[in-house]
Amino acid sequence: MRMPWRTTTRPGRELRRDVALVCLADGIVGVSFGATAVAGGQPGWLPVLMSLVVFAGGAQFAALGVVLAGGSPVAAVAAGALLNTRLLPYGLGVADVTTGRWWTRLLGAHLTTDETVAFALRQQKPAARRTAFWTCGIALFSAWNVAVLLGVLAGSAVKNTGAFGLDATFPAVLLALALPALTDMRSRAAVGAGAVTAVALTPVLPAGLPVLAALSGLAAVWRPRRSGVAPAPRDEVTAGGKR
Amino acid sequence: MPLLAVVALAAFTFAFRIAGPVLRGRVNIPPDAERLLATAAAVLLVALAATSALTTGHDFAGWARPAGVLAAAALAVRRVPFPIVVLAAAVVTALLRLGGVH
Repeated sequence: MRMPWRTTTRPGRELRRDVALVCLADGIVGVSFGATAVAGGQPGWLPVLMSLVVFAGGAQFAALGVVLAGGSPVAAVAAGALLNTRLLPYGLGVADVTTGRWWTRLLGAHLTTDETVAFALRQQKPAARRTAFWTCGIALFSAWNVAVLLGVLAGSAVKNTGAFGLDATFPAVLLALALPALTDMRSRAAVGAGAVTAVALTPVLPAGLPVLAALSGLAAVWRPRRSGVAPAPRDEVTAGGKR
Repeated sequence: MPLLAVVALAAFTFAFRIAGPVLRGRVNIPPDAERLLATAAAVLLVALAATSALTTGHDFAGWARPAGVLAAAALAVRRVPFPIVVLAAAVVTALLRLGGVH
């Protein structure tokens, strides 16, 4: 989705509209998360606390999914944490917008998500990047946590959430999140191999492990690049960068 | 899910989040490694989507849920707005169950 974003230092109408759309979309996911958790027998405070302190929908769903499928807490944390390794390069990408006092840097780090980074990186000028990041971040944090709370209340009130097809929203959300990254054949092959591996292993492996086993799909397609940068100079660059 | 697991996941997550701003200017993540991380995230997301669409515990989840997810995926590929994609998954699955398909 490429949009002709205007670079502005105040949240313009387009920015407000698009942030509202993202909040609405994630709100639906949040309701689904809260309702799924309590429908699966988790206490109501758990999804609420998790959403406040983890604030990463994919990882929250991953960890919850492992636990609800009967997996161990360690496997749940591993799946969620692995999914969130992508936040490291994100943080490098938006480090210029989360500057300032120590508490704004900590808060900015906590608001680093797929959505806020996408909004920030669409802007060219630093001031506009900051505006986009913080507008999206604060709105999304509020919307997400309110939605999860509503989901907990709804999930507690409605006994048969399956009748509303809520269980289908989770995989749909994950697919919609992953699709934009699948631009080249290599990543598609890795993703396809991983998904087949995970589904094939689900009947036999303990819950939580099949999803981690999907990472073997990476090995199937990963080859060090032969053309372009020669290995030796690249090693030097890496070593120099670490110092 | 124990409280300790929530705290551990929050700690890992925040560590990944704060590492970027702290390390900026001091390390260069090689483009290859960055691409590998991005692909790994996509692999995890789709594997999780596939297992949670098709299975419950160790068993097949029935037809209604994967059908709803498939409908949503078809819409997502056509770049239909995200809220509609998510709602479509729920509506298709709910309608199939209403019609007796489980």
